[in-house]
Amino acid sequence: MTELAAIPQKRYASAADYLNLMKPRIMMLVVFTGLAGLIAASGMTGVHMHPVMAAIATLAVALGSGAAGAINMWYDSDIDAIMTRTSTRPIPSGAVPRDEALALGLIMSGVSVMLMWLASNWLAAGLLAFSIFYYGVIYTMWLKRATPQNIVIGGGAGAFPPVIGWAAVTGNMPVDAWILFAIIFFWTPPHFWALSLLAHKEYAKVSVPMLPVTHGAKATRTQILLYTLLLVPVSLLPVATGLGGWIYGAVALGLGAAFLAYAVRLVRSTAGDAEAQGADMKLAKTTFVFSIFYLFALFAAVMVEHGAGLHFPLMGG
Amino acid sequence: MADAPTPDPVPQPDAEALKARKRRNLWLGLALGAFVVLVMVVTVIRLTTGTGIAGRM
Repeated sequence: MTELAAIPQKRYASAADYLNLMKPRIMMLVVFTGLAGLIAASGMTGVHMHPVMAAIATLAVALGSGAAGAINMWYDSDIDAIMTRTSTRPIPSGAVPRDEALALGLIMSGVSVMLMWLASNWLAAGLLAFSIFYYGVIYTMWLKRATPQNIVIGGGAGAFPPVIGWAAVTGNMPVDAWILFAIIFFWTPPHFWALSLLAHKEYAKVSVPMLPVTHGAKATRTQILLYTLLLVPVSLLPVATGLGGWIYGAVALGLGAAFLAYAVRLVRSTAGDAEAQGADMKLAKTTFVFSIFYLFALFAAVMVEHGAGLHFPLMGG
Repeated sequence: MADAPTPDPVPQPDAEALKARKRRNLWLGLALGAFVVLVMVVTVIRLTTGTGIAGRM
């Protein structure tokens, strides 16, 4: 490596540093989608978890996500120190020692899986353990620095929570649970690549083969459009199986069209190019922010329909 | 006979380090306590309902 990270000044960790080690923003999305899976499973099957057990299962998902985040930060601390966006994270900033982050990740992994098993069943606990392994090892250690498909394959890690939530309630994983998985799986590439159009110079600096680094911004914008074209029909599958009713259908159709419009505008723009205009870079950022809203809205619609008794299926039910 | 070499003095943590350590230990204690309480709650619910999942008796 030609560029050495600055040696961080020692500072003492606060509770916020340990919280940041667990990637709280990702944790929020994970908990939200896991909870949606849990509520949808109850709504579709009529099987209800004890509310306290459901709360503990949700906590287990949150802890599992935090554990995976800590393992990721432990492994990536060398490149985090070099990238401006990540240089203030707890390990590169010198607040939390690397070994401590790893210990925290491993202990929390064990605690989260055990809590999930105690609160629900072995299937949900096994899925949670596998999703931590998927993010902490398969994505972080094997894929991220090896292939531009890192985000595509690695996206599977973040797609597990609704399946885990569903399995926690029913003890099985029907097609509807895997449809929720597929929505997050196909959402991840356009979501993350929109961000990578903004930060590809940083990834190039640390030789992480993100798509804009290896194939250029134009190919990335095209891939964003292609994955959005796949995502929109996948997001409508719950309507076909009866998992989603008319509220979900309206949200998926309306926001899917909007997401597609962003992707089309992006493919026509110069976002990520060396000569990109400010407006085009802003468009990439807006697409990234919109993608987060899109996923929250889809899963919120599932939660509202099944949690508030507003599930009126159009088909399949 | 030469004297045995005196060991280097162990560096003493400063006041800020001690404060940070105390704070961290407190959080660890609270987390451990919360874990114990959660396991107890799960056990009580399992014992009283027969299973963790209502409707699957």
